[in-house]
Amino acid sequence: MIRLNINGQDREIDVDPETPLLWVLRDELGMTGTKYGCGIAACGACTIHLDGMAVRSCQTMASDAEGMAIVTIEGVDGKAAKAVQAAWRELEVPQCGYCQSGQILAATALLAETPKPSDEDIDMAMSGNVCRCATYTRIRAAIHRAAETMEG
Amino acid sequence: MFHVMKRMQDAAARPTRRNFLKMSAVAAGGLVVGSRLAVPGIAQANGASTEDAFTPFIRISPEGIVTVLNKHLDMGQGNATGLATLVAEELDAAPEQMRAEFAPADTGRYKNLAFGMQGTGGSTAIANSFEQYRKAGATARAMLVAAAAKAWGVPAAEITVSGGTISHGSGKSGTFGEFAEAAAKLEAPAEVTLKSPDQWVYIGKSFPRLDVPNKTVGAPNTYGMDVQRDDMLVAVLTRPLAFGAKVASFDASAARAVKGVVDVIEVPGHGVAVLATSTWPAIKASEALEIEWDETGAETRSSDALFAEFRELAETAGPVFRDDGDAEAAIAGAATVVEQVFEFPYLAHGMMEPMVLTIHVEGERASLWYPSQFQTVDQQTAAAVLGIAPENVTIHTLYGGGSFGRRTTPDARHIVEAATIAKLWGKSQPIKLVYTREDDTRAGYYRPMGVHKVRAGLDADGNLVGWHHRIVQQSLMSGTFFEQYMVHDGIDETSVEGVKDASYAIPAFHAELHSPKVGVPVLWWRSVGHTQTGYVVEAMMDKAARAAGVDPLEFRRRHLSQPSGIAERDKDNARKLGVLEKVAEMSGWAGPENGDRFRGIAVHKSFNTYVAEVAEVSRRDDGTFRIENVWCAVDCGVAVNPDNVKAQMEGGIGYGLAAVLFSEITLTDGHVDQVNFDSYRPMRIEDMPHVEVEVLASAEAPSGAGEPGTPPIGPAVANAILAATGELPAVLPLTKTGLA
Ligand code: FES
Ligand code: FES
Repeated sequence: MIRLNINGQDREIDVDPETPLLWVLRDELGMTGTKYGCGIAACGACTIHLDGMAVRSCQTMASDAEGMAIVTIEGVDGKAAKAVQAAWRELEVPQCGYCQSGQILAATALLAETPKPSDEDIDMAMSGNVCRCATYTRIRAAIHRAAETMEG
Repeated sequence: MFHVMKRMQDAAARPTRRNFLKMSAVAAGGLVVGSRLAVPGIAQANGASTEDAFTPFIRISPEGIVTVLNKHLDMGQGNATGLATLVAEELDAAPEQMRAEFAPADTGRYKNLAFGMQGTGGSTAIANSFEQYRKAGATARAMLVAAAAKAWGVPAAEITVSGGTISHGSGKSGTFGEFAEAAAKLEAPAEVTLKSPDQWVYIGKSFPRLDVPNKTVGAPNTYGMDVQRDDMLVAVLTRPLAFGAKVASFDASAARAVKGVVDVIEVPGHGVAVLATSTWPAIKASEALEIEWDETGAETRSSDALFAEFRELAETAGPVFRDDGDAEAAIAGAATVVEQVFEFPYLAHGMMEPMVLTIHVEGERASLWYPSQFQTVDQQTAAAVLGIAPENVTIHTLYGGGSFGRRTTPDARHIVEAATIAKLWGKSQPIKLVYTREDDTRAGYYRPMGVHKVRAGLDADGNLVGWHHRIVQQSLMSGTFFEQYMVHDGIDETSVEGVKDASYAIPAFHAELHSPKVGVPVLWWRSVGHTQTGYVVEAMMDKAARAAGVDPLEFRRRHLSQPSGIAERDKDNARKLGVLEKVAEMSGWAGPENGDRFRGIAVHKSFNTYVAEVAEVSRRDDGTFRIENVWCAVDCGVAVNPDNVKAQMEGGIGYGLAAVLFSEITLTDGHVDQVNFDSYRPMRIEDMPHVEVEVLASAEAPSGAGEPGTPPIGPAVANAILAATGELPAVLPLTKTGLA
């Protein structure tokens, strides 16, 4: 039995403690917004926040997340998240959309830390998040847009 | 994708009568609008609906929600919104009340009019639905207006509809929901008049993407990978490392010891499947399997050896697919001759959501949940494996996390795998077949590798006089049921598209194709044959321009502006010139050199859409190139949603760039060397250039947008590198030669 705090809620889950958090979220809790793309930390589709940091849930053992605040796309909130999601909609970033939960979580963590990122900051923070539909130009633009709205 | 399948339309029966609204039906107190289709032949042939079937395209609920049934798969290209836009336009609905749903599998009702089967590909979704879905919208509107006229006791002609509100000059107004039920009881009009383009309020302007909000909040039940059913098992199938190998023996003891594993079964002809109660144990257990493979009869050649064989073949004559004038003589008499051999690797599609499919067999019926891109074939395949009737196979289509061609396979391999596993398991329990990224990368169905050899001759004035082109490429179609439609006299149309219809003014043009057999399954990949032919033709044009000492834009202008005497070619050339001039203007083209940066230009027609691109590159200290800027001009006829066309161009450019710069599938003794995104390198945000797109205004019929952005980017980059180095990059990806 492991105890996790997910999106502000305490959950008890009967699962092998070494199970990656990704599969605990998706299969045990039915929270499928966090996506599987590679399983080896190479794509970022599984990005979540662990104590506010963007991490790859496919590489995080469930037991390692005990005692930490886990935030997923289903629960992400706050000024940066709201601005990011709004900008994503305004600029219609998603195509297939499969990578976008991860992109949004990564972008939110970036803006929480760096409210006015440069293109280089964006490239650095978002490099781990692959988009095979190549929505990158809009991701960049939407992050700048979100930064603007956060200021205003 | 299978755009060239158009010829199938002739083979399959066409609707003999297609008029909307001979019939309407009441569903849950609302209005359902569709068409009656008399489809002799094909319906029975495909085991789908009966003749004269009722086809629902639109549902309007008492709450006023308008749901459009999308007969296509939306895997990111935006057709769900595109079709809803067509309906909303004629219905004069408000965007907020529009919803999109995927239609069930039913060939008779929901076939793609471009190829007579239900499926999505070849960038045809908007083109083949343009009239059909607008008519459905216009019919629903007429019925709502008739119902309101009756209720208010006013002439229908005095009623107006705008933004989802029905109103009359007397001050009366109402919503669609209020009149949906009454409208459903009325006789549908036999004929409807569609708006003229100047009346459009959404088409060609803007309409919000209906799927975007859900895709920004991680909404459940969106993708195939999200499917969860009660009592569901997850299957992970281990396939052989060499294509065509068979299981000799296997030891599943370690796999069975993994907690959550329910069974391990051999799937004859496919591999070994682990069945588990959830995904992680299935993955872990499949990694613990020990399998011995029998590679007798399997494909065990290495890609280097295949390239050597292909290069040799490129030196010998093959079946001819184009022969205008005497190219050999023209080249022999030319003032200058340029020559180049090109090499293209196998490519995986690498869509973000790996292949996945959930199947539940219950007696004589089966239900499937997944992003179905080829309903007709998938339905029949599942039925054949399970020994049940096709109409007993229900397909629930979900959004696809990308596809780029991968989710339509003529042999429906993923359906065969899942249905076979379900059959072997025997219990009536939902089974979700999950491809891991590793499975997805190594399972084959690649863009074929290819070698092209081209010789082109120029006269003393720098005009092309002869072109000799030889293609060596594995056939996509031979051995599939498409062969009868797509392969003629040994020529697979998908191998030669883009060369066969190359439209530059060249008096003598000769082209041949070799189609060697290789045991690696191949498949269409975003823009199909054009991924190679567009590169070769456009890169050769620059090599020739350079030899002639003429600016590459000017060189293209010259070869596009001479009347050919063939109407279709002249029209192609006029539209190609249109996008070329536009992209030249956008980029401020003043030749290939721009300070310390270099530029390349390319233009190509695919899927009836014309795209020109300029790529601007810079050279890093280590000799590799960085793609800084891309300008793109597109003419796709009427652009139903211009911003979405832009998005598809941006995406098509990025997808094509990944292939040009980084991606390749190679084989060592038949085993795929790449495994995951670590070794099959994708584009990342720092690799993405700044992209500017302009959509040309056009009154031509709408054509594709999903694929045509991809072909020109490769040669645009190649031509920029040619300008920088004097050498045409002819071996892809560029990482192979240290250029990326
Ligand atoms: S699934 Fe975790 S990084 Fe790809
Ligand atoms: S939107 Fe499709 S992978 Fe990013």
